[in-house]
Amino acid sequence: MASKEEILAGLAEIVNEETGLETEAVQLDKNFTEDLDIDSISMMTIVVNCEEKFEVTIPDEEVKNLKTVQDAVDFIDNAQG
Amino acid sequence: MVTLKQYTPTAYSRILGMGAYRPDTIVTNDDVCQWIDSSDEWIRQRTGIVTRHRADADTSALDMALAASKEAIEAAGIEPSQVDTVLVSSISYPYLTPSMSAVLTERLGATPAAAYDISAACAGYCYGIGQADAMVRSGMSTYVLVVGVEKLSDVIDNGERSISFLLGDGAGAAVVGPSDTPGIGPTVWGSDGSKHEAIRMTHPLTDIRDAEAGKPRPFRKDLADPETGTMPEDAPLWPTLRQDGQTVFRWASFEAAKKVTEALEAAGLQPEDLGAFIPHQANMRIIDQMAKVLKLPESVVIARDIADAGNTSAASVPLAAHRLLQEHPELSGKPALQIGFGAGLVYAAQVVILP
Repeated sequence: MASKEEILAGLAEIVNEETGLETEAVQLDKNFTEDLDIDSISMMTIVVNCEEKFEVTIPDEEVKNLKTVQDAVDFIDNAQG
Repeated sequence: MVTLKQYTPTAYSRILGMGAYRPDTIVTNDDVCQWIDSSDEWIRQRTGIVTRHRADADTSALDMALAASKEAIEAAGIEPSQVDTVLVSSISYPYLTPSMSAVLTERLGATPAAAYDISAACAGYCYGIGQADAMVRSGMSTYVLVVGVEKLSDVIDNGERSISFLLGDGAGAAVVGPSDTPGIGPTVWGSDGSKHEAIRMTHPLTDIRDAEAGKPRPFRKDLADPETGTMPEDAPLWPTLRQDGQTVFRWASFEAAKKVTEALEAAGLQPEDLGAFIPHQANMRIIDQMAKVLKLPESVVIARDIADAGNTSAASVPLAAHRLLQEHPELSGKPALQIGFGAGLVYAAQVVILP
């Protein structure tokens, strides 16, 4: 089971792979849409890659609630448990 | 004890010829932005679509199917009268019955060929190729005409922004017949009806009848006022398409993409054996994602007809294949991996040798 720090680091790598953003830019307080300029299609790709990496399930209807990096890290952390 | 005679099987089938019809009217992204609040850049970035073709009021789905079919039959080197089965896939033919196939068969001069329509949305053409392959090899049919045709402009609402701006009109056709060598690999096909609402019509046709009878309109979420959440009194009577884009993207890019791999394996090929990859032209981002999943080498030509044609549902795979053969004649005789996927949700994938 990954720690929150490991989840953030893994998520940052996934975001980097999908968008080219530097991993350092993926901070907990950042909003995916407004701060990181990630569109809905890229968000889905990031979600699917997170599912594979952290072995969790993130339902379609949950994705709209993942507005910030913190939201995503918390959701993955809870889903692991 | 009697023994029934059976069909005499044929070892192999292949696509003998293809045809296409693209309507003349071009709808640009700037045109689309007159109807929805968007921009050329936004549409290109999220969909890869630059233009789409749309048929005028006087051109029917049947007209487009006829044009594509004639070209396919001629390219196959046979006469229309030799076609003994006609399969048409469309979601936009405005009659519930009789089938477009039956009428098309008569217009082509192929009567009394067996004729029926396939309702498998964007997967319909690949469903048809799978059926045609089985029919020819079993001996049930000799020459099967498979058509994917859509006049989607008849079933869209230009003012909504879930799917209408993606869609275009057109027709593609193929003739499948006997072959001395294997020309169509096993079809990997299926459905997932648990996601039937991911791509849908706003309401059933019976709402029109009931409204004409003066009954109050039942609540339909896709027609509800986004601010009040209630059905407007002037809600359109004509049903149109809607989709949940994120759900479809996820399913197509990651679930349907696995079926492409299965079809390649079922045909006993490796990615480097392919000449072309021809996925349903739904969204350039889905095409890119599928290509990534497949780990296609650069030698494989990827069909990207969507940029000019938009998403033409059942017509998209044959239109894209037809264009590839025009632009890359060297692909003739090479294996192409194709997949159709769409409303249902349904999918069908197979490797075909391009004619």
